[in-house]
Amino acid sequence: MADTMQFDLVSPERKLASYTASQIEIPGAAGDLTAMPGHARMITTLRPGVLKVKGAEGEKDYVVTGGFAEINDESISILAEKAMPLADTKAGDIEPFIEAAQAAASEAQGAARDIAEKQLADFIALRDMVG
Amino acid sequence: MPSLKDLKMRIDSVKSTRKITKAMQMVAAAKLRRAQDAAEAARPYTERFAAVLAKVAETAKGSDDAPLLLRGTGSDQVHMLVVMTSERGLCGGFNSSIVKTARNKIDELRAKGKTVKILTVGKKGREQLKREYGDLFVDHVDLSEIKTLGFANAKAIAVDLLSRFEAGEFDVATLFYSTFESVISQIPQAQQIIPTPVPDTAGADGGVVDFEPDQEEILAELLPTGVATAIFSALLENAASEQGARMSAMDNATRNAGDMIDGLTIQYNRSRQAVITNELIEIISGAEAL
Repeated sequence: MADTMQFDLVSPERKLASYTASQIEIPGAAGDLTAMPGHARMITTLRPGVLKVKGAEGEKDYVVTGGFAEINDESISILAEKAMPLADTKAGDIEPFIEAAQAAASEAQGAARDIAEKQLADFIALRDMVG
Repeated sequence: MPSLKDLKMRIDSVKSTRKITKAMQMVAAAKLRRAQDAAEAARPYTERFAAVLAKVAETAKGSDDAPLLLRGTGSDQVHMLVVMTSERGLCGGFNSSIVKTARNKIDELRAKGKTVKILTVGKKGREQLKREYGDLFVDHVDLSEIKTLGFANAKAIAVDLLSRFEAGEFDVATLFYSTFESVISQIPQAQQIIPTPVPDTAGADGGVVDFEPDQEEILAELLPTGVATAIFSALLENAASEQGARMSAMDNATRNAGDMIDGLTIQYNRSRQAVITNELIEIISGAEAL
């Protein structure tokens, strides 16, 4: 079994990263998970959070606002709605998302409200992590 | 016969037209490069997205409780046509060819007794369709203020479209846009986006895939994103096609202006010579008469 896997991070507007990594921490919608080479094939949705990638050049962190992750035993693709390196992200970049989430949470009803509120909480946690 | 002064003025005016079309061609060439880069940058996401969608949708496709977006409403009575054209003119047959494709589809659907609704993106197509199909318009998206297309623009269109779909306003949605082949060739397309067509999975190796939280929830998020992705890549393709079409249209215009200047210059020189000859004849016959 190989001890590295192909890691790709893409957003609709551009390809952010593509290299080999040994370990990736993913902010999954149902909880954080760590993918290593040989992981069972799975597809998960992401919540707003920080993606931590351990590669040959050390550890790199990326902020993602949501999207999907596709894990295969030798590769992993993150399809992020919006993503940027953690080092370049400021708390101010997250604010518009918090405002949008707040608006969505105050409008939503029933089950949709729970989802919207969780989204809001995730964004606030993300802002605190960044700032 | 126009006077020398008239000819001179016409030559000058065609020369300034040539300068403008030449400048527009160069601007379009620069914009084309940017638009192509943007389309290129979006490709990895689109490809991977299709792969993920294929995997998730493959198993859900057959079941009755598949999401509405995948399964469709079970009817195809009401069609929503999303016609994407440019905000600016002077780009040759670009808008007309998209509108023509859309028009064929509208006529075909109406002949079958279907109801057609039109959502226009970009004002040029709207203008062309207005006279004949103005009563079918449901909405218009104005992109004229937008300098660089972002995913957010596509998402806004998708959200609007999806809320209409959920409200039961239509059964099938089709996108009309042009794909960029080369500067001289842009191909108008009609692409169905709702219900979501499942990409062909013949090449997939079909292992067991885990879903987290579960397949249904992933699909609920994946399918709307899929609509936005399809719209985004259509917008990008369209932007590149528009600049390509403008570039070749302006190239033609520049060349035509050059031909016209040559023709007018010859005419100008001939009439100048005729005037000189005339004057000479007058002088000589005047001298002979003495």
